[in-house]
Amino acid sequence: MGAMTVDRADGRSVNQLRPLACSRNILHRAHGSARWSQGDTIVLAAVYGPKAGTKKGENPEKASIEVIWKPKTGQIGKLEKEYEMILKRTLQSICLMTIHPNTTTSIIVQVFGDDGALLPCAINASCAALVDAGIPLKHLAVAICCGLTEGGSAILDPTKAEEQKIQAFAYLVFPNSPLSILPSAPSAEVDGPIENGIITSVTHGVMPVVDYFNCLERGRAACAKISEFHRRSFESQVPGDLTKAT
Amino acid sequence: MAAASTSGSSRDIGGSGGGLAAGEMEVEAYRRLFPLPFYERHLLDSVRPDARPLHRARDTSIALGPVASADGSALVKIGDTTMLAAIKLEVMTPSADAPDEGSLAIEFHMPPICSPIVRPGRPAEVAPVVSKQLSDVIMSSGMINLKELSLITGKAAWMAYLDIYCLNADGSLFDAALLSAIAAFSHLQIPLVSLSDDGRVVAVSGDLLEDESTPELVNKERKLLLHSIPFSLTCILHKKYILADPTAEEESIMETSITVVLDSSERLVSIYKPGGPVLAHTSTVKDCIVLTKHRMKELQNILEESLSAMEVV
Repeated sequence: MGAMTVDRADGRSVNQLRPLACSRNILHRAHGSARWSQGDTIVLAAVYGPKAGTKKGENPEKASIEVIWKPKTGQIGKLEKEYEMILKRTLQSICLMTIHPNTTTSIIVQVFGDDGALLPCAINASCAALVDAGIPLKHLAVAICCGLTEGGSAILDPTKAEEQKIQAFAYLVFPNSPLSILPSAPSAEVDGPIENGIITSVTHGVMPVVDYFNCLERGRAACAKISEFHRRSFESQVPGDLTKAT
Repeated sequence: MAAASTSGSSRDIGGSGGGLAAGEMEVEAYRRLFPLPFYERHLLDSVRPDARPLHRARDTSIALGPVASADGSALVKIGDTTMLAAIKLEVMTPSADAPDEGSLAIEFHMPPICSPIVRPGRPAEVAPVVSKQLSDVIMSSGMINLKELSLITGKAAWMAYLDIYCLNADGSLFDAALLSAIAAFSHLQIPLVSLSDDGRVVAVSGDLLEDESTPELVNKERKLLLHSIPFSLTCILHKKYILADPTAEEESIMETSITVVLDSSERLVSIYKPGGPVLAHTSTVKDCIVLTKHRMKELQNILEESLSAMEVV
């Protein structure tokens, strides 16, 4: 389909993401921490765990995850509660819950700057923090925000100003593509490779169904790039940094 | 509770189920102790324990106007899940940046009556999330045009308070809440108001219209015009199965749920999949959208029937 060039305020093309930056092990008391920024949206995530005991009402045969979301300003309201729930359920699907039963892992998310795509930034930061803490994971969750302009073209990673002008946007979370030394069984790939499955999808605004699937395609391609970025930033970590007080 | 081993060490439950004695107690015990294998045995036959096929939603009923003192109200039951929605209108001054628009405040409450997990000191975690989802969907679907809630530009406009109370929480809370909100808006009768002598907007009761000195009415329209109405369906994903309209038991066992909201022109208002162990591929999403379209037609029929039943009375 003919790609309509959309003029974006900061001069990016429709498929271009803002500059990503990730620094880990910032907080020395936390078991794991990471600071993830996409342009001016900056989120700091800290992981404490696994700690003994589960909360009442949680299944003691599995590990449980607790998320606390701290906004930059203002009181905690329904938006923060919703983000906490989405983050908790997304992270529950990537953690291996049966390895440490009857434990709680707490993830605290602090927003430093909000310039659009806040929830995806928080999900990316939490995954980096979980890796920094050494919590066993099945795969990473890679998140992206994809917006839909009036003309029907999909733009990636909108800023806050762009988010308010566009007709609809979707937060999409995909698993990252696994790099395995074992050959994958051909019967396992029925619906396509694992990175095509959606872990989480939250949409705002009305959009035609066709445009949603278009956003999914763009989102997958962008998540492959973010996934590469994660891998490079982990590989650059010096292996001598294994002495962590627990 | 039971040990985590699934080797079926208890003689009563049995391994493959062959030669099971047909006692009721053993089936109930199996259901509590091994809920997932119990469900999977049913899913192999494309049916659920309450004898519903996988893609059928539960029986839905709408009753309009149960709360006489509210300007609009509706009681919706989907299976056992019961929601009561009520709308009260109040005159207020519109804000300076939108002088010709009214406003809408949506609240979703889960009082302790609805479920054993909700206690006065321990509010349900899902309540603020469903509340926010409802306000997002209702505002972004464009069902209500806020300009219709305006009375006198810059001076008076309606503030609509929509409160939804969950009376029984048995799964698919968002679906039932959205349907009850729509039914309440369809039932809404805007009270007649007129301008009193000191410039205030006061409500006019029906008998004053018979007087000779009929006060000048500010608004003529009594019903709110609803544009593209959103309808939703929640589905649970488990391995390769898609179960439509889950009960609370199904939601707690199989944790991946996806809620699709479509409006009457079949545009996507929202796809909400908050994590979950099962990944949704494009084919699964397409199937859920098709199921939602069927459900939308069912719900439109039910809503029209209950509206026309109300006209007759």
